[in-house]
Amino acid sequence: MTSLPAPGAKKLGLVIDLDICVGCHACAVNCKEWNSGGHMAPLTDLDPYGPNPLGVWFNRVHSFEAGEGAESRTVHFPRSCLHCEQPACVEVCPTGASYKRAEDGIVLVNESLCIGCKLCSWACPYGAREYDYDVGVMKKCTLCIDKIYNETLDPADRVPACVATCPVSARHFGDLGDPQSEVSVLVAERGGYALMPEMGYQPVNRYLPPRPRRDGKGEDRELALAPAAPPAEGAHPFLRWIDRVLSR
Amino acid sequence: MHPALSVILFTTASGAGYGLLFLIGLLSGTAFLPESRWFAGVAFGLSLGAISFGLLASTFHLGHPERAWRALSQWRSSWLSREGIASLIVYPPAGILALLWLLHGRTLPWLGWLTALVAAVTVYCTSMIYASLKPIPRWHHPLVPAVYLLLGLMTGTLLLQMLLAFFGHIPMPLTWFTLAMLVIGLVAKLAYWHSIDKAQPESTAESATGLGPLGRVRLLEAPHTSDNYLMKEMGHAIARKHASKLRWLSILFGFLLPLVLTLLATALPSLTGAAALLIAAVSGFGGVLLERWLFFAEAKHAVTLYYGTAAV
Repeated sequence: MTSLPAPGAKKLGLVIDLDICVGCHACAVNCKEWNSGGHMAPLTDLDPYGPNPLGVWFNRVHSFEAGEGAESRTVHFPRSCLHCEQPACVEVCPTGASYKRAEDGIVLVNESLCIGCKLCSWACPYGAREYDYDVGVMKKCTLCIDKIYNETLDPADRVPACVATCPVSARHFGDLGDPQSEVSVLVAERGGYALMPEMGYQPVNRYLPPRPRRDGKGEDRELALAPAAPPAEGAHPFLRWIDRVLSR
Repeated sequence: MHPALSVILFTTASGAGYGLLFLIGLLSGTAFLPESRWFAGVAFGLSLGAISFGLLASTFHLGHPERAWRALSQWRSSWLSREGIASLIVYPPAGILALLWLLHGRTLPWLGWLTALVAAVTVYCTSMIYASLKPIPRWHHPLVPAVYLLLGLMTGTLLLQMLLAFFGHIPMPLTWFTLAMLVIGLVAKLAYWHSIDKAQPESTAESATGLGPLGRVRLLEAPHTSDNYLMKEMGHAIARKHASKLRWLSILFGFLLPLVLTLLATALPSLTGAAALLIAAVSGFGGVLLERWLFFAEAKHAVTLYYGTAAV
């Protein structure tokens, strides 16, 4: 049923800290690794070692530059399904293959019902859905539904693959429908925001903005970029020799 | 957006077919159409043929055409599903109307009206598939359904007057109607182009990333080195100078040439006149094909904001 269920209390989602993300793509790679054998497997790769590889990924890491000149920032930006509260991708689906779970808000695709019309991907402004040219169906992030509820795993491991692997803990997973949850508190503290709110799809995932610069006036940077002082007269003869050699 | 040939053929061919069916249905009980069973056979054959060809073409872009029947289930929320159902509902009344006409001559005007209504509803559903998509501001536009309906009716009218010419009888009011449809269709399309050219961006790289407070946002590095599905399907871009040239060609073949030929046909002997109207119908269809190609090629999808586009 592609009509949306009555909104549930539980809204599982991700909180991504753009201040911390270093753009290493580990989340995207581990996502690919887990999901190649997971709920939506396979994540087909066509021509993987050729000149034009084309494959399905649920998570893509973009790098943006924001601001001008010395004040500009490089921001690494992981992009995946936001599990919207009003997912147009589900409503446009003509077959009922796309659906939103009432119990936890996860948006999924039933591959055996999907006719591969691609309309859901047209309806998603966030590029969350990718078509598998080989299988002929649409694929998307499952929030690792086969991992987060997997009772054979250690409770600590029951988080999405992207969250588990992030080496700098820039990704957080939890219930954004519960205002007391760790992720909700984090969003409230750091001013977490939704992407393209003007679309009205009400994404569940939140992004935490890069923190403001510590100095505010660029003094730390001036200090860091200042030329190192030449060795004083009384310095060790070896260092003075190094200085002479390097100064030639 | 990637201009897929299957979808362009579907919307134009079925649009013309539904336009023609609409007119046959609406006029089936009147003296505007000849009583001839040959005429009924050709007219219903052409309209239902164009519709069926279009519907078949539309299944070519599916990953699993054999599951297409499943698309009839979600009419509560999906315009694509509604369109699928409407496109099937039109066959029984149209078929019965055609059969009765072939067997007993013209009859049952209300069945014709019903056929016309369902034909119009189907084209409206088709247009709403596109007009309901917010991530593509050039489609999420009130003139999109109007243009789909008007151009479907316009190409259908060109087909009808061509058929009537070959059956030796074009009532003058129909010629006037054709000329009016060509002018109204052109005005609607020009208004649409004017509106999308003047439109303010709905979303920007800043709103897509939420990094606006830091300043202007631009892509530094893409996530992947070769095009992915999103780039192939949604990243199609057309140079503005090509677009404006193609718009002129579409205006010329879709509207101006059929207009001149329709006027010319009134002064020509019947057979040359019919030939002129045949060219008018073909030219009009070609122009609308070009218009539909541009409808896709010029549309920018919001996902491109993550791949270097500044605004959509």
